[in-house]
Amino acid sequence: MEIKKGIAVSPGVSIGKCLIIDSEDYRIPRRTIEASQRMAEIQRIRNAFHDAIRELTAMEQTPEQADSGRIKDIFAVHLRLLRDRSLRRKITDLIHEESVTAEYAVSTVLREISAHFTSKKDAYISERAADFYDIERRLLKLLLGHKREDLGRLREEVVVVARELSPTQTAAFNKKFVKGIASDAGGRTSHAAIVARSLGIPAVVALEDLTEIVHGGDTVVIDGNRGIVIVNPDDDTIRQYEAYGREFVALEHKLDAIRGKPAVTRDGTRITLLGNIEFPGEAQIVLDKGGEGVGLYRTEFLYLNRQTEPSEQEHYEAYAATVRVFQDRPVVIRTVDLGADKYTQSRRYVPEPNPFLGLRSIRYCLQNLTMFKTQLRAILRASVLGRVKIMFPLITNIQELMQAKMILHDVMEDLDEEGIQYNRSIPVGIMVETPSAALTASTLARDCDFFSIGTNDLTQYTLAVDRGNELVSTLYSPSDPAVLRLIRTVIQDAYKAKIEVSVCGETASEPEYVMLLLGLGIRTLSLSAPMIPEIKQVIRSVMLEDCNALARTVLAMNSERQISVYLRDAARKVLPEVF
Amino acid sequence: MVIQAAHHGRTEMHAGDGTVGTPVCESVVEIRNAEGLHMRPALKFIDIANRFSSDIRVRGEEMTADGKSIMEMSMLAATCGTRLTIRAEGTDAEQAVAALRELVEERMFDEPPPEGKS
Repeated sequence: MEIKKGIAVSPGVSIGKCLIIDSEDYRIPRRTIEASQRMAEIQRIRNAFHDAIRELTAMEQTPEQADSGRIKDIFAVHLRLLRDRSLRRKITDLIHEESVTAEYAVSTVLREISAHFTSKKDAYISERAADFYDIERRLLKLLLGHKREDLGRLREEVVVVARELSPTQTAAFNKKFVKGIASDAGGRTSHAAIVARSLGIPAVVALEDLTEIVHGGDTVVIDGNRGIVIVNPDDDTIRQYEAYGREFVALEHKLDAIRGKPAVTRDGTRITLLGNIEFPGEAQIVLDKGGEGVGLYRTEFLYLNRQTEPSEQEHYEAYAATVRVFQDRPVVIRTVDLGADKYTQSRRYVPEPNPFLGLRSIRYCLQNLTMFKTQLRAILRASVLGRVKIMFPLITNIQELMQAKMILHDVMEDLDEEGIQYNRSIPVGIMVETPSAALTASTLARDCDFFSIGTNDLTQYTLAVDRGNELVSTLYSPSDPAVLRLIRTVIQDAYKAKIEVSVCGETASEPEYVMLLLGLGIRTLSLSAPMIPEIKQVIRSVMLEDCNALARTVLAMNSERQISVYLRDAARKVLPEVF
Repeated sequence: MVIQAAHHGRTEMHAGDGTVGTPVCESVVEIRNAEGLHMRPALKFIDIANRFSSDIRVRGEEMTADGKSIMEMSMLAATCGTRLTIRAEGTDAEQAVAALRELVEERMFDEPPPEGKS
């Protein structure tokens, strides 16, 4: 029995046999195989090379690629490398000699070669590393792709253990069979954690070396409430956890009972609770949990799990399905927030060195206008079906907002010409999630209808902390005075400009932040559906007067530590059973 | 048999190692194009090498590469001015070395030399 402590990111408890899966971007852990399995692994290598060659040949023949000589050259080189016997022999030799998996052999050999090039001073030569990196990714994707399909075809319950999970992988999980998730890397707000939470799968992340401790098929307990993972628990532990799991389900049911009651403070202030969703299928979950609309509809999922761009019709159908569920209740559709860890990087030959400060989100859209307009058309078309609002993510300055609005206007004119109906006065808002947007909120407020504060990115950009990096993730805290002062500025500027302001970051779903956000003036929260009942219970237990006093006290404090302790104590007094 | 040291620009013929009668040919060449043995030149090199039946090895500063493998040739990381020893073993060894030497030193992979030289 081995107990590991990590960060609890999605509540619930599960016990099950573990299934280890690898991800695309990390070193594949060394896993040895039976000698008798070596030929099978070598066959997998052959298949992967064969498929990779086919992929590249197909790409070479598409007309838009043929236009660009440079890209064609790169593919030609990759094709030659994939056909190179020495390269293939190096990989199969490793499988023969050390009895390792195909993935491990590919990763090891290609990284060795990349490292060989990186060590060269000559820029022309060291750049070759990128080619081998790309080939590694292509082969691993093919090797792991087959495994991912298997994951979709699961027929028994498992808990999934991985070095790191991409949101794509997590979203593809079948909730019926994936009962829990544990990963070495990640933080509370990593995308995989968000997806796990929205699917209601218990998850623990930041377990550091869990993948090196467990073996496929081991029994694993995942305690998504306390952030604990137990490998091969003894019988007593299993019994304890079974009982604990039942209690947790009972508490969930109790919270569900307040579903139909309004979110109103004890002194009568009405708070609006909206849901954050990714897929149209989650719309019903939001309603079931008592949500009054959607405050953040993430649309990136239309782009994941696929090689081609979604069509306008696909966009439209997803939005229409969601809007129909909510009828006259608001649905805020956020335009694609691609970039950084998502979609765009896999389309680059060389990954951006610093994707979170790179071409992501609205910046990506403003440079890919055809794609952007396709989405805007679909949103506008869906706007006649209900109360749709448009939200632009990662705005950093007024020019970006004006540019995005201008493009929206162009799309409206196109629709006018074609005689297609849409809501002419569709509200347009922005995510305030960069320090620059927060500091210039008074300017931005003049040109939009609402603000939604994205506390995850706002915290990460303000504090210069990568929320997914376990080495510094403890520095990531929305209760840092710097972040709180920015949030207060945004709320005050929204009030002055008389526009709506809400919070859609993870803080909206954390009980200890609710009193503070209310005290700062927030009246609308948008959060993941499973957390709505708990947050509603917090709201129904507090006095707005106390929240205001708490906000004043906290804003006078100078240290994150002091603030987070104070917030937790205050929440515990209000709602002891939740803490 | 002992392989004699080959001199820059000169090509030497030997009988093959152990197997009597297999010709071996060796020549030292210098990379003269400005950008060195990057991918495109390396591809040209292996394209020519693959026309011959001889086994072709290319020795650089740190390693010896299979002259018919793009991966290994590119790993030589030969920049302008680097000397490489091309060694062919097989019935057409002499022709192979001559063709490769011509590509590297005379045609310079059909690429420009460093600025200031012609």
